[in-house]
Amino acid sequence: MNSIIRSSIKIGFVPAVTKRFCGTNPAVDKERIAQLVKNNKVVVFMKGVPEAPRCGFSNAVVQIMRMHGVTYDSHNVLDNEAIRQGIKDYTNWPTIPQIFINGEFVGGCDIMLQMHQNGELVEELKKVGIKSALIDESDESKK
Amino acid sequence: MSTNTDSGPISIAITESIKDGLQPIHLEVINESYMHNVPKGSETHFKVLVVSDKFQDMALLKRHRLINDLVKNKLQGKFVHALSIEAKTPSQWDSTYTVDPSPNCRGGFGK
Repeated sequence: MNSIIRSSIKIGFVPAVTKRFCGTNPAVDKERIAQLVKNNKVVVFMKGVPEAPRCGFSNAVVQIMRMHGVTYDSHNVLDNEAIRQGIKDYTNWPTIPQIFINGEFVGGCDIMLQMHQNGELVEELKKVGIKSALIDESDESKK
Repeated sequence: MSTNTDSGPISIAITESIKDGLQPIHLEVINESYMHNVPKGSETHFKVLVVSDKFQDMALLKRHRLINDLVKNKLQGKFVHALSIEAKTPSQWDSTYTVDPSPNCRGGFGK
């Protein structure tokens, strides 16, 4: 299961993020989050950005999406404490990353990994009109 | 039946909450905090493997929510920084199965 993680490119040491927010920001309200999660077929709330994830679990999700060739909206919760709290309140899910497909909460890193492994992710993407790049590859190899 | 790699209070609380709530036939609670940018001996990052009959016909999201809630209640609202979960039914598990460690930390332990 760790092949994706092991094959991922390791970036250099990044110092822990400085506290830019002091916890005084109110959480983003439900209506705003509801808009954000519907803004694209796949939406990911993560630590860091896809080019430079700041957490191993967020990185694993980025690598999975990359393998499937999915384009998605990403929100860096380390840059926005109000979104970080807002999304946790919205899903009642305690940890980041959080993944939405078609506006629906799918789960965190562990669930994505399992869905990737058991083929469910390909099916879920298909339902919303996204053809996984992994399918294309296997089709090509049959020719 | 259950292994616990750490005897800290949080680790014990997680173990108890899952034992009480799910009567697992197998349970592993692994403190992975040492892999992260936190002081030595911290109890911030955990991974659990839970094998229980109660997961029968239960979607993955629901299994994870159940475990999250049990832990959250036991820790009285204070949740750990990371709780990685593998939730299996007895038929999805065999005793030779070993848990993979969580992905490497990438330094974003913000607070």
